[in-house]
Amino acid sequence: MNGESEDSTGLHLAAVSTLHLGPVDWQIKRGECVSLSGPSGSGKSLLLRAIADLDPHGGEVRLDGVACETMAGHLWRRRVGLLPAEPFWWSERVGDHFITDVAETLDMLGLNPAALEWNTTRCSTGERQRLALARLLQSYPEVILLDEPTAALDQRSVAQVEALIEGYRLRHNAAVVWVSHDAEQCKRVASRHFTLCDGQLEACC
Amino acid sequence: MNFISLTPLDLGIASTLVILLSLLSYRFALGISRQLIFAALRTTVQLLLIGLVLKLLFANVHLGWVVLISMIMLLAAGRIVMERQERRFIGWWGYGVGTLSMFLSSFAVTLITLIVIIQPEPWYQPQFSIPLLGMMLGNTMNGVALGLERLTTSVYQQRRIIEARLIQGQTWCEAIEAIRRDAMRVGMVPMLNAMAAAGVVSLPGMMTGQILAGAEPMEAVKYQILIMFLIASGTGFGTMGAVHVAARRLFDERERLRLDRIT
Repeated sequence: MNGESEDSTGLHLAAVSTLHLGPVDWQIKRGECVSLSGPSGSGKSLLLRAIADLDPHGGEVRLDGVACETMAGHLWRRRVGLLPAEPFWWSERVGDHFITDVAETLDMLGLNPAALEWNTTRCSTGERQRLALARLLQSYPEVILLDEPTAALDQRSVAQVEALIEGYRLRHNAAVVWVSHDAEQCKRVASRHFTLCDGQLEACC
Repeated sequence: MNFISLTPLDLGIASTLVILLSLLSYRFALGISRQLIFAALRTTVQLLLIGLVLKLLFANVHLGWVVLISMIMLLAAGRIVMERQERRFIGWWGYGVGTLSMFLSSFAVTLITLIVIIQPEPWYQPQFSIPLLGMMLGNTMNGVALGLERLTTSVYQQRRIIEARLIQGQTWCEAIEAIRRDAMRVGMVPMLNAMAAAGVVSLPGMMTGQILAGAEPMEAVKYQILIMFLIASGTGFGTMGAVHVAARRLFDERERLRLDRIT
């Protein structure tokens, strides 16, 4: 019994598929970070969207043994957080997107606390990417799916983001999927590495 | 009261104005001169036909006939609402959303009016029921078409923003709330404007018609006030219903935004 319950913790994908993807079987333990790479159009973003249950898909996704379908969509997405490659904003003022105090997170990301008063349309791509990460983490997701979270960042910011994610992962025992084109970054942040090719997932060493 | 009957010659004289307008728009290459003539012919034929139908209906008062005419009017209104949508729902929903909400609001309001307020004998007396329903449907149709059009185009334009809200763990309701509210409001604005302008800027058509036909002005005004209230509530309920159902249909049971459900 004990062995079984330990086995079921973390994120489990069984034959997850969409029109251009899969079937994908995948297991990511809690507290683990895995990297995912692959050519553009290979379905990386589609896979993340399917895990966050944003697109209709076949197969089953479970978190700690609980199937996605057993809870409302919005509750699932609070637990399984997705950071899209291009984040969008529903209000002009940055601060409107935050319901909790995120001063500490912003500081760790090298952002001025005054950023909350900024206008989302005037932020740089890099600022928006880091603000979106802070926005995502405020609801304390147990799984975080990062779609090229440092694509638009300079080296210093990249290091800050990596440190923040690692701290969050350890503190909250979160499972992390990190999509990156940078092989060096994959090695730095993740303990296991995967590639997606034509919608098929392959483990690599 | 003095009622002056119009002769075909009178209408012929009025029609020359439309022909003149058509010639002028041809001169300015507006590209609608043929449409103008066609629309004028169409309106003549349609109105003559409905005149004949009403004449027959008044001579043969029977609930079955009233229901049949009502249904034809409803289905025609549903078709017009669907045709006006740039992005419409796929399958039966494209026709159903607007038609069903118009059916519920227009028919309910018309029934209440007939049974509780005007109380003709019998309650479905076509002289009252058909014109009332026609006015209800005509106005509700506009509200529903405007509301649905605004909803689907806004959702399409703001699909990434809606998804950003969903990703953040908001419910589908929270994610579409602002757009839904906006769409309902847009559908109801013409009715608000009509009430504000009534009697000051415009003399409403129904009242004008009654006065032209020789009715006492105060009697015509009372009917017009009644009609305004009915139109306002019918349009409002119909628009809110249609936008509400359509907004729900844009999301599936997993609260995913499903733009594949509209064209």
